[in-house]
Order: sequence, then C-alpha cells, then structure tokens
Amino acid sequence: MIELENVAYSYGGGELLSDITLKLAPGSFHFLTGPSGAGKTTLMKLCYGALLPTAGHLRLFGSDVRGMDRDDIAMVRRRVGVVHQDVKFLDHLPLTENVALPLSVAGRHAEAGGTDLEELMSWVGLTHRAEALPPELSGGERQRAALARAVIMSPDVILADEPTGNIDWDMSQRLLHLLVELNRMGKTVLIATHDLGLIRATKAHVQARVLRIANRRIQLAGADL
Amino acid sequence: MKRFDLGALRAVFKGDRHSDRVVPPSGFTAQLTIFAAGAMAFLAVFALALSLASGRLAKVWGQELAQSATVRIVAPLDQRAAQTEAALKVLETTKGVASARALTDAEQEALLAPWFGPDLAIDSLPVPRLIEVVEEGEGLDPVGLRLRLSAEVPGAVLDDHSRWRAPLVAAASRLRLLGWLSTLLIATAVGAMVTLAAQAALAANAQVIAVLRLVGATDDYIGRAFIRRFTLRALLGSAVGTALGMIAVVLLPDAGEAGGFLTGLGFAGVDWLVPLLVPLLIGLVAFAATGAAARRTLRELT
Repeated sequence: MIELENVAYSYGGGELLSDITLKLAPGSFHFLTGPSGAGKTTLMKLCYGALLPTAGHLRLFGSDVRGMDRDDIAMVRRRVGVVHQDVKFLDHLPLTENVALPLSVAGRHAEAGGTDLEELMSWVGLTHRAEALPPELSGGERQRAALARAVIMSPDVILADEPTGNIDWDMSQRLLHLLVELNRMGKTVLIATHDLGLIRATKAHVQARVLRIANRRIQLAGADL
Repeated sequence: MKRFDLGALRAVFKGDRHSDRVVPPSGFTAQLTIFAAGAMAFLAVFALALSLASGRLAKVWGQELAQSATVRIVAPLDQRAAQTEAALKVLETTKGVASARALTDAEQEALLAPWFGPDLAIDSLPVPRLIEVVEEGEGLDPVGLRLRLSAEVPGAVLDDHSRWRAPLVAAASRLRLLGWLSTLLIATAVGAMVTLAAQAALAANAQVIAVLRLVGATDDYIGRAFIRRFTLRALLGSAVGTALGMIAVVLLPDAGEAGGFLTGLGFAGVDWLVPLLVPLLIGLVAFAATGAAARRTLRELT
C-alpha cells in the first residue's frame, strides 16, 4: 500500500531521514514514535506525497512516486486520510461543509458518495456542532472533525500526526478508540506520537507495531514496545 | 494545471456551488477589481470610437476625395468667364473626367462665408473661379492636363487634391492605429491588474490551498475556483463600463457638419456591435491572466 525502500530526505543541505525502509500493509496498525525533531512529520508527509524523497524508492498504492505528476499525487491523497496536530479548516465554512470537503473536491456529494454525513458526524460526536464555524470549536472537537474529514472518502490509509497533542487525556482516548475502530474496519493506520502512555493504552485494544525514529533512521522497527 | 482548458472556460459560466464556496469572500478586493475592469472598459469604448471614426475619415479622404479635382481660374475679371469656358472645353475632352462644372457665385460665396461673412460681393473681388472636376475610372492624368491647360488656358491651375489629401489620409490612418493600440494596451493593463489581484488572492489564501491539497484537490480544481471568481468580476465590471461608455458616446454633442472630425467621434451602423466585444475581450484576458497566475502560484506553493 505504502512502501519506502532505502528512502532518504534532505532539506537545506542536511539529511533529515536516511535509509528508511518501511511497508504499511493493508489493515495494519502502526505507531511512529521518537523525540521531537526526529523526522516523524517528515516521514508522514512522505507517506502522502507532500514531500518527495531525495533518494530511494517510495511507492504509493503500487506506483513509484517519481513517475507521478501533481494530479496523480492529488488522487493518492483521496485514498489517504490525514489528521494533523495543528489541523486546518476552511474557517469561513460550517463544520459539515468542511467535513464533506473531500467529497466536494472529488466531485461527489455526501449522499451520492455512499457516505452518510449525519452518521459520520454522529460517530465523532459532533452532530450538535454541525453548523459551527471551525474557529468556534474546541481542540478536541477540531481533532474529531479532522478525523471525520479524513475518513469521509473511506480511504485505505489513515495517517495521524500527533493527533492528541492539543487535547486532554479523555479526549485522546476517545480519538484513539475511533482510530482503532477504523482499523477494525480494515483501514491501515499510522499514528505519529511521542506519548508512550497513549501507545500502551492503545495496544491493549489492537495489535500494533511500534516504529521509532532516532538519528534519522527507523530503529526497533517491528519490535513491540 | 493545463495551459488552456476549454473545460475551465465552460466551468466559468456553468459554476459549481461547492467549489465556489471554498475560496472565502474578499469584499474590498472584489469591488476594486470590478471598478478597475469597468473603468478600463469605459476607456476602451472611447479608444474604439476614435479608431473607428478615424477609419471612416481615412476612407472618405482616401476614396471619395481621390475621385475629384479642382481647377482654379486666376485671371482678370474681364477674362475670367472666357477662360472658364475654355477650361471647361478642355476638361470635356480629357480622358478620366466624368464631369466638370464651374461653381456658381452663390456656391463660392458659401465657401468664403466662414471667413468673410454672408454678404460678400464676390463679383467685385479678384476671387478665382473654381471648377469642380469629378473623375471616373482610373482618374485623369494630372501632368498631361496641366500641360494642356497651360497651353490653352493660361490662368488655369489644376489642384488634384493629392498634395493635401495624402498627409490627411496618413494622419487619419495613424489615428486609427493609435485607437486600436490603445485598446490593446487597455486589455494588457486589465491583464496586469487581474494578475496582481489574483496573485494577491492566491497568496492570501495559502491556508485554503493547503487544506484543499490535503483533501485531494487537483491544481485544476483550486485554480478554477479563483479563475471563475476573477473572470466573472472582470466580466461584470467591463459590461457596466462598456454600457456607460456607449451611453457617453451617444450623448456626445452633435455640432453638425461644422463640427468636423470631433463630432464624428462615435460609432456608425454595425460599428455599434464592436464595443459589445469589449466585455468578452476583458473576460477572456481575465480568464487567461488568472489562469497563468494560478498556475505559477500553485507550482510555487508545494
């Protein structure tokens, strides 16, 4: 699904990632951990084509990213749901329109896309905030809204970069529960976090691999925490 | 993003309720774009009026006056009638002359009235008698006619109008060219203005673009949202500006024949259809300019 083979990424003359080999198989659940600045976000961005490797091979859904044009990358992003710690919305649109944005961009609509928007809003517990504008939402509500937006296209892969960084423990648990639920539906999940407590709590509910980035490389790949 | 996409042009008019909403409204910028497009269209209408009027004038001077000539009889009063008759006889047998007639006293008085007033005693003045010559076919041979006149009518002077007609035709043609050049410059200025406004809007909406890209929007989709907005603004502004410009041309004061060229500034007949192309031209320029700005900006925003 997403494969990195001896991938390196350099920026401004310095190498941020080196010799990264990683395969995200369908239905797998991964944690990506490591100290701040280790390159977790960079690796996540490589996984959805926001950055291109400076060396090695990156295959997204079977296609080498080097052979892709900008439209191809856009199509890849429709198959990958992304949740950031500092999630961004279109602040002038109500929450429902923000959540349904991927459908709109793909030329589909909530009903026609086979996705029940109301059901999705209810799943993330935001039905009552449907008409709110993004700046009116709390941190936890924004993260759940981001998750709803990330899954509305029924993507194959969910990438979450520090999804619980701005929210309290209870809300983190709720969000992780939703991600575990998605994994049980067959989605591939990769979560970048430096919160080891969160990883331990999640591993009680799902079989997850923990990957650690340090010194520009993935270490302990495949080892359980 | 493709260089020229007919689908994008169609989408401008078809619209998409969802994609229209992804770019936040920009009140003051929108009003400025509409106003600038309107002002440019207003000026373009006048440039076109100047160009088309100059074209008509060049045509009149170039074609109609080319088919006429004047013979002046400069002779003492007691010989003037005889020399006029002699000149008319020469002209009757000159190849390329369709007709020739001496102007009456009343017609000559009318010609001199703007300078000497209406009650001019033309008989008592040494005013040359004028003979109006209308040419046919390829026209007369001025060199040959001058030779014959100098031999048979010593007081006759042929003026075939070419001496003063050529610079006037050249001036009118140059004015016409300037009019079209002005229209072209106005279109270019609209392009520059829309490019600046679109680039500013794209830069100001970097977060919107980032969000759209994250959820899988193609450059075409993002570009179209901006292209449609700026094209419609330019179309709206230029339609209003063109309408006002055409009304202003209609309301130009008519001073009759005495006004000469200035009162001829405007449109005649099917020329009235030409300014209707101004909004379309400005709309197309805005479409192309926004498209180019979007392509450039989206390429830079990774």
